[in-house]
Amino acid sequence: MTTHETTDAAPCARTVRRPGRLRRHLVTIAGLCTLAYLVLPNVIVLVFSFNKPNGRFNYQWQRFSTDAWTDPCGVADLCGSLGLSLRIAVWATLGATALGTMIAFALARYRFRARSTVNTLIFLPMAMPEVVMAASLATLFLNMGIQFGFWTILIAHIMFCLSFVVTAVKARVMSMDPRLEQAAQDLYATPVQTFLRVTLPIAAPGIAAGALLSFALSFDDFIITNFNAGSTVTFPMFVWGSAQRGTPVQINVIGTAMFLIAVVCVVVGQLAGARRKRS
Amino acid sequence: MSTVTEAPAPAPEDAPPEVRTPPLRKRLVPYWLLLPGIAWLLVFFAAPLVYQASTSLQTGSLEDGFRVTWHLATYWDALVQYWPQFVRSVLYAATATGLCLLLGYPLAYLIAFKAGRWRHLVMILVIAPFFTSFLIRTLAWKTILADGGPVVGALNALHVLDVTSWLGLTDGHRVLATPLAVVCGLTYNFLPFMVLPLYTSLERIDPRLHEAAGDLYARPATTFRRVTFPLSMPGVVAGTLLTFIPATGDYINAELLGSTDQKMIGNVIQSQFLRVLDYPTAAALSFLLMAAILAMVTFYIRKSGTEDLV
Repeated sequence: MTTHETTDAAPCARTVRRPGRLRRHLVTIAGLCTLAYLVLPNVIVLVFSFNKPNGRFNYQWQRFSTDAWTDPCGVADLCGSLGLSLRIAVWATLGATALGTMIAFALARYRFRARSTVNTLIFLPMAMPEVVMAASLATLFLNMGIQFGFWTILIAHIMFCLSFVVTAVKARVMSMDPRLEQAAQDLYATPVQTFLRVTLPIAAPGIAAGALLSFALSFDDFIITNFNAGSTVTFPMFVWGSAQRGTPVQINVIGTAMFLIAVVCVVVGQLAGARRKRS
Repeated sequence: MSTVTEAPAPAPEDAPPEVRTPPLRKRLVPYWLLLPGIAWLLVFFAAPLVYQASTSLQTGSLEDGFRVTWHLATYWDALVQYWPQFVRSVLYAATATGLCLLLGYPLAYLIAFKAGRWRHLVMILVIAPFFTSFLIRTLAWKTILADGGPVVGALNALHVLDVTSWLGLTDGHRVLATPLAVVCGLTYNFLPFMVLPLYTSLERIDPRLHEAAGDLYARPATTFRRVTFPLSMPGVVAGTLLTFIPATGDYINAELLGSTDQKMIGNVIQSQFLRVLDYPTAAALSFLLMAAILAMVTFYIRKSGTEDLV
């Protein structure tokens, strides 16, 4: 935070030409502009959740109304699709976190053959355009004659969330001091006790990060779901369809509510963490 | 599967004999840990890619069924018919990646060095938009860039749209349904994927290095060019890859913000697969896309000299 041009400049103030106020803050201004660019659509979504559009599309401001907020499920299938998305996200998170954590521990803790092959297999799904994975998996399901629906979506979501969990957990486990586990064993802890009382608590933030990321990725996924859902409609699929048929204001209500819930959760988490650190 | 013997699996040949090998049960632990997850990836990620390769060599129709006939002409026909979409996808994605880097770097720099006690708040504002479904946020751009809206009005008043029209980015006095809208949407959608890796690598830089550069009479611009930017290279490489790869295959921005003249290769694959039901062409196209991206990424990683990233 202390850059050389702002602090202890007194002795050299005469020799070094101080840049102008605007130039000194150029980076900050540019950064804040980018931030505005990032947040602007959310503001629009929030504002237009209070709109009362004339036609079927909610793209033009007409007049203020709280109709959508008082009746968020007023549109057919909207809340059903939301519930389905949440269910899929929960199961995909559980599945991907369990499988991914196991792989991460194997990679971080053991030497074994085919290690680089495993690493490549983990990396590839993250380096592949979603549309390629989506189309190829759907081809497999088609060829196998598997009915598209809840299960195909869940399988696909676990598949693409897995790599992200592995990456998050592996980083955490690898940065962990192995002497902690040796110390536990020296103090006569059984391997199971060591794992539950030492290893797992230390790895927990990585696992939590991986799980959170999985949930967000799964809940918001559209491309892979679009190919593997058949006639099942998740929340992003509903929004996609409504872009053609007409966008109900309730979509904005749900988008805004999710944004606010996320912000509140993060802020509460931060405050709780700060308080624990202080005490 | 073939022979059933009571003996345990043979010891690895490369293990030196004098080292006492741990019991078999212990040695198998990593494999048991890997088994479910890797099996999942093999069955639902790797096998489909192989399946897709075989599908791309099939001919037939939905009624009569598809059979492998090694019909390589599918690839040729797909390339001849859809090369404009391929070129367009790469151009749009590259432009969006460049813009993401230009816009994202100051923001990442701001969070890493200048935000101070606001750091957490700014970070939350970068991540939180993720939680509003990105389709809803992309639709919001339809409102922002609407014809006759304040943004388009301001751009018109400043004659920006005349310049972009001359460049072929817009068409007349509107932004929606032009390449500019699609690139703007792509940039917006993938910006956090650029900012986060940039921030991670910038945050690792010791601020004392800046002071040292200043003490050695480097001007701020020189400090940035010779110290900060080279040290942030891993973040730049990771960020550009995380932006470019998904942007190339994206079809949402082109569909929602563009017109038929802005269709990208993802749109073609999607409509061939889900509407036309021409699976061989869809498979060939996605195979070509995958090959093109892998080639470009490999070249890029070699060039930037950060192979340890993978």
